[in-house]
Amino acid sequence: MMLSGWGRFPQQWCALHQPRSEDELRALLVQGPRIARGNGRGYGDCAMQRNATLEMRGFSRMLAFEAETGQLVAEAGVMLADVIATFLPRGWFVPVTPGTKFVTIGGMVASDVHGKNHHRVGTFGRFVDWIDLMGEDGEVRRCSPQENAELFGWTIGGMGLTGVILRVAFRLRRVESAYIRQTTLPARNLDHVMALFEEHQAATYSVAWIDCLNTGSGLGRSALMLGEHARADELPRDRRAAPFAVPKKRARTIPIDLPRAALGRMTVKAFNALYYRNARAAAGEKLVDWDSYFYPLDAILEWNRIYGSRGFMQFQCVLPLASAHAGLGELLRAITASGQSSFLSVLKRMGAEHGPFSFPLEGYTLALDFPFSQEAARLIERLDAITLDHGGRFYLAKDARMSAATLRRSDHRADAFTVLRHDKGMTNFRSSQSERLCL
Amino acid sequence: MTAPTVLIIGARSDIGMALAHHYAAAGHRVQLAARRMAEMEADAADIALRHGTSTSVHDLDILEPGSFAAFLDHLPVLPEVAICVVGLLGDQATAQTDLEAARLTMRSNYEGPALLTGLIANRMEKRGSGTIIGISSVAGERGRASNYIYGSAKAGYTAFLSGLRNRLSKSGVHVMTVLPGFVRTRMTAGMDLPARLTAEPAAVAEAIYRAAAKRRDVIYAKPVWRLVMTVIRAIPEGIFKGIKL
Repeated sequence: MMLSGWGRFPQQWCALHQPRSEDELRALLVQGPRIARGNGRGYGDCAMQRNATLEMRGFSRMLAFEAETGQLVAEAGVMLADVIATFLPRGWFVPVTPGTKFVTIGGMVASDVHGKNHHRVGTFGRFVDWIDLMGEDGEVRRCSPQENAELFGWTIGGMGLTGVILRVAFRLRRVESAYIRQTTLPARNLDHVMALFEEHQAATYSVAWIDCLNTGSGLGRSALMLGEHARADELPRDRRAAPFAVPKKRARTIPIDLPRAALGRMTVKAFNALYYRNARAAAGEKLVDWDSYFYPLDAILEWNRIYGSRGFMQFQCVLPLASAHAGLGELLRAITASGQSSFLSVLKRMGAEHGPFSFPLEGYTLALDFPFSQEAARLIERLDAITLDHGGRFYLAKDARMSAATLRRSDHRADAFTVLRHDKGMTNFRSSQSERLCL
Repeated sequence: MTAPTVLIIGARSDIGMALAHHYAAAGHRVQLAARRMAEMEADAADIALRHGTSTSVHDLDILEPGSFAAFLDHLPVLPEVAICVVGLLGDQATAQTDLEAARLTMRSNYEGPALLTGLIANRMEKRGSGTIIGISSVAGERGRASNYIYGSAKAGYTAFLSGLRNRLSKSGVHVMTVLPGFVRTRMTAGMDLPARLTAEPAAVAEAIYRAAAKRRDVIYAKPVWRLVMTVIRAIPEGIFKGIKL
């Protein structure tokens, strides 16, 4: 059937299989090139393979939980939303979360997702104790820092290219409530927001929405949002009895593909101005429930349809600390000069690099999205070049169009991965993305 | 007070699993019965973790009526609600010529479910309370060329449930017949099903749960099926036999 990632570009016909057991999965491995797919929230073509795409949603059981350590063992197809629904009422939360709860645990490991607390705790992979991985030979291997350690390392952030992730043991963290104390700080420009990030390194969560349309001295105007898990005694008196209860919200759905004009430059400009004004007005602290804080876009189901039927392109790079300021300035100037508008632009301070193939490195990451067009594609190539000039690299979970040469220039680790995949006979685990990137 | 215990026979099926989750989420203790019970331990762990209820797993082969009494004896408690979800669609073309294939379809959809349901009914009658829910099929409402071997067995089960309901109407034991219509499950994987007539397993589970609480007698998963089946039953046989269905 026709498949695409969350960005709806590219779309491709793929033979989609939905195995329900290890035996069914093993039988599918003999049919040649294949890649596992979770809930399809990777933006580009990372979970697509024409010959055989293996949708893992049928492996959706939670198997064990240890309250002493917070360790949860879950099958790869378990949804993050289900983990939260099950464990938040009991006082547990995931240690690291991406911007949507509609991802599978297997996908979180394969992309080694990061969140607003990366500067403090690193990626999701840092909380993984072990992984059961089905290899080329159909054998299931337990991989951990002690056992099959090399395979363990490359599987975290390995985009499914080391085998099929079957089960994951990872640690949840304790929380006292379902609420976050959010502090919003308006920042006049790039210098200001970077200074604020550095000043607030001790905050548990930090992320900035950045206005990519402003120019001159207001280039990089942002709203920095800091967050801390609220203790039970920090809740208003009437909520303390049920600190994990959150008023029910109705999910809204974008029912149709919006016309392209809906998200034109003026709309985005107005939206950004409004957002910044709100941030200034709302500066200070407020209590926000977990769902609104971590997953504001999940409240609008199928929000990817606002970009129209041709979809959109994501761009996310990370620049090392030393070159981040110069690099971000150049990226922002290139965007404003292009006349393209990015609806959601997110800036985040990242912590240290970890693991053989995970995306983050110490510095700043910038995430953008553009409605699909030839002009946007040209702009993104320009952004690629600026990133390369400043020693940055790209997030594969969002990539849909990078060239193999760009990947290799940005990330010297790619060659080592390719060699490992050949040596260990993993080359039939391949996605449209890995074929494009010659991994 | 804890909510009553629910036994699900044929728990591995998609509708069975959806029912197990639905009842467990509502606070019921769940007994899962199926063949190869070892494979179901993970499902039981998942249900217990998600819903915080205790769940047990029990080995049962619906083709072994001789084992039914012992199976019931070994349950931790005679359940308040027993739901039989067992079903085997089989291949009509094969079953037309292969007697063993036809027999397997008949035994899986009629003999096993009816005998086990009857045995449970007797025990519930003795106790004076309980609910029996049998998942039959719209295929049992009228024989069609494309699936009449499966359909005839389901017709038998529907009649059995109807008789049981009649017999137990004064006993405190309620019997509900479920005719799901099309459901998106492994049984129907790859079939081209009309969206308006097709239900998801979770929706079927919810419909069953709600109807059982109201002690309904016969339900369809989607109300539109009542209309569809009324029309199908009303077509005169002389015309019906010439229609390709």
